[in-house]
Amino acid sequence: MKALEKLVNKVKPSFEKGGKFHKLHRTFEAFETFLFVQGRVTYTGSHIRDAIDMKRTMMFVIIALMPAMLFGMWNVGFQHYNAIGLFDASLIDRFLFGFFKVLPIIVVSYVSGLAVEFVFATLRDHEVNEGFLVSGMLIPLIVPVTTPLWMVALATIFAVIIGKEVFGGTGMNIVNPALLARAFLFFAYPAYMSGEVYTDTTLKAGQMLVDGFSGATPLSFGALAASGQLSLAELNSSLPSVMEMFIGYIPGVIGETSTLAILLGAIILVLTGIGSLRIMLSVVAGGLFMGGIFNLFAVNPFMEIPAYYHLMLGGFAFGAVFMATDPVTASQTGTGKYIYGFLIGVITILIRVVNPAYPEGMMLAILLMNVFAPLIDHYVVQANIKRRLKRMNTSTVKV
Amino acid sequence: MMSKVIKIRKGLNIPLIGEAEKILTTLPRSNVYSIKPADFHGLTPKMLINEGEKVKPGTPLFKDKYNEDVIFTSPVSGTFSGLIRGDKRKILEVQIKPEETDDYVDFGARDPLSLDRAEVVSKILQSGLWPVIRQRPYSVIAKTSDNPKSIFVAAFSSVPLGPDLDFIVNGQEATFQTGLNALSKLTNGKVHLSLHNENSISKAYTDAKNVEIHYFKGPHPAGNVGIQIHHIDPINKGDVVWYLDVQGVIMIGRLFEKGIYDARKIVALVGSEASNQRYFKLINGACVKSVIENNLKPNDSNDIRIISGDVLSGSIVSNDGFIGFYDQMISVIPEGNKPEFVGWITPQLNKFSISRTFFSFLTPWKKYRIDTNIRSGERPFVVTGQYEKVLPMDIYPVQLLKAILAGDIELMEKLGIYEVAPEDLALCEFVCSSKTEVQHIIREGLDLIKKEFE
Repeated sequence: MKALEKLVNKVKPSFEKGGKFHKLHRTFEAFETFLFVQGRVTYTGSHIRDAIDMKRTMMFVIIALMPAMLFGMWNVGFQHYNAIGLFDASLIDRFLFGFFKVLPIIVVSYVSGLAVEFVFATLRDHEVNEGFLVSGMLIPLIVPVTTPLWMVALATIFAVIIGKEVFGGTGMNIVNPALLARAFLFFAYPAYMSGEVYTDTTLKAGQMLVDGFSGATPLSFGALAASGQLSLAELNSSLPSVMEMFIGYIPGVIGETSTLAILLGAIILVLTGIGSLRIMLSVVAGGLFMGGIFNLFAVNPFMEIPAYYHLMLGGFAFGAVFMATDPVTASQTGTGKYIYGFLIGVITILIRVVNPAYPEGMMLAILLMNVFAPLIDHYVVQANIKRRLKRMNTSTVKV
Repeated sequence: MMSKVIKIRKGLNIPLIGEAEKILTTLPRSNVYSIKPADFHGLTPKMLINEGEKVKPGTPLFKDKYNEDVIFTSPVSGTFSGLIRGDKRKILEVQIKPEETDDYVDFGARDPLSLDRAEVVSKILQSGLWPVIRQRPYSVIAKTSDNPKSIFVAAFSSVPLGPDLDFIVNGQEATFQTGLNALSKLTNGKVHLSLHNENSISKAYTDAKNVEIHYFKGPHPAGNVGIQIHHIDPINKGDVVWYLDVQGVIMIGRLFEKGIYDARKIVALVGSEASNQRYFKLINGACVKSVIENNLKPNDSNDIRIISGDVLSGSIVSNDGFIGFYDQMISVIPEGNKPEFVGWITPQLNKFSISRTFFSFLTPWKKYRIDTNIRSGERPFVVTGQYEKVLPMDIYPVQLLKAILAGDIELMEKLGIYEVAPEDLALCEFVCSSKTEVQHIIREGLDLIKKEFE
């Protein structure tokens, strides 16, 4: 490591003030801090600091995403080989197929997003923020594997600029950039996001799709049922079993099908103290609550499926664990987090079941609540202010 | 009889190596003593004495330009040997060259309970002991014109490696009580004495008279007077509360018992880089060198940091610097000026974090040698809920900090700026993954408010 340290120190001067590449010093700094935690020391305030920093925080979110990503890669291959009738393809074959489909999406997401980040860091002369490390991994996991790469790039660039940089960068944004990327695709290219082309069906010479292949996601059956095109019996026979949904061998976007893998991620987030258990639980509570209400007053077959099915359908679990918990766009106050999470759960199910045009309610619910989170916090903080004023009034009475 | 225990649930005890052993050594006299105006926030000194003049313990040296009745006196007999100035001729140190022995100015011994408030105030002012009394809001020297609604004395310390105040008060129990008696004359309200529910066992505390005793339990910052005020008699706009530390009370006690300004105090030497962590008796304003000499681990002097005070809120002092007026400890820790290869992802068993992102969370019993490395540049607020875990107050810290950054005075007031001092939010700064300068921001907010209303 000493050699590397020497090399870094050797090229450093050309990025410093007066150096040839001074304009790029923020880029250099980003790479330097990635290689080495700097020998920077405290100079005001607390002399010692907790060893955590933003990079480590973000890396643990990425680690928590690994189970969902790896499972997603396998599932892409699984769905593909099933679609072409090769039911006996090996685990490795399936994984590798998915790996080579998903990896380019991840690379494109990171390259396009980080490029924007570096440009803005250079223009604004601030350190490159680590926020995109997570967004860059979230975006590939919430798009169908069939999304063209240029679309991924376009959506990422749109999300980083419009969703984040125009507000001032990481920490200042109102809505979750990754979800904004997904929303951008959803509204700009609805044909790719409608839930019917989520399976990669590229065929090699001599391959053909199995008879009756639809590739439709469970949620799209739900949407059909909600609009009355399927009866409850038909819906139940179309939906995968609970175990299939929980483990995740179902069609869907790359990272969201396996509730089990997402649960592993949730455990990592909660255990390390990085993800908010409060938000996760209240999203689930909200979902079950609304699902339960619909069970009681069902007017279409989709309302009749057991409430807990919803937790395993579509992006519910992924959204609850990785999207709703984004600290920047969620409620920031403790009480606010309960309200925010609960409403996300409620609204997700409401959108799914009542409005079949948008079967993926999670994305819209989180984006909506992102916008309302500051309002929720405002009222929570106002309550604190009122408590303080009340205390003052009672103490005046005492005197 | 134990009254209700106030349980502090939020907070953090940082497990540091280097606690002081309960051994007391009396130090020989320093070569130089120094009063540092910077120890008193917001003070502009106006000198009352010329270079070369003889002084005694209790001889006025300077006064506060904006608070003229508050004078600062010499802690020892000797000669005023000059000023050390910094940028813009700001006075950094007022130095005294001491004589062999102290010949005290006599202020007259009196029983404080037989005096009225004005007499008590004037005696404390005269002796130069007034600065030991500080006030909230703002955490500055108390104003003699104020009539505080209550006075707080914290009888235990919860700061990292903090001194054992039971050990410090040992043998000075009666003097401590005399000091409390004097304080009881200064307010129409109560004098509150905060004890730790298990560790405070000295009779000086448990049997203290003319005070209301409160018991606290829980992690740091339970011992911070700001937290105690918040839970016992919170500060609203317009309220003034005074507070002192135990050794300040003892000094006031000596003033009334013997009629002298006796600035002797006990200081703990702590931290992983000290080799003889123990207690030292010295005269306030003594040179740090007299404490650390021969008591440090062999080390390159560039690689250690000497702090007058605790590691969260103390101030950096050099080898030949002086102990701060209010400080009861000297902490010596390693500097963290070495880069570390991909340190943001390696498992790291030797790094402490309140998060469980370091594998050290598997060994909760372990103590650490934490250095001064900051580990990252400053970032905007991202992670939420971190500060709230270590701030046992009904205050929203991030919202308060944002109000300060925005300069919104009205909002700061509403969010509780009057109740906090930088030290109360020091743990927020410690745990912050964005490396926000929390204490500095709080101080700026307090300064802004103070300027606005004075």
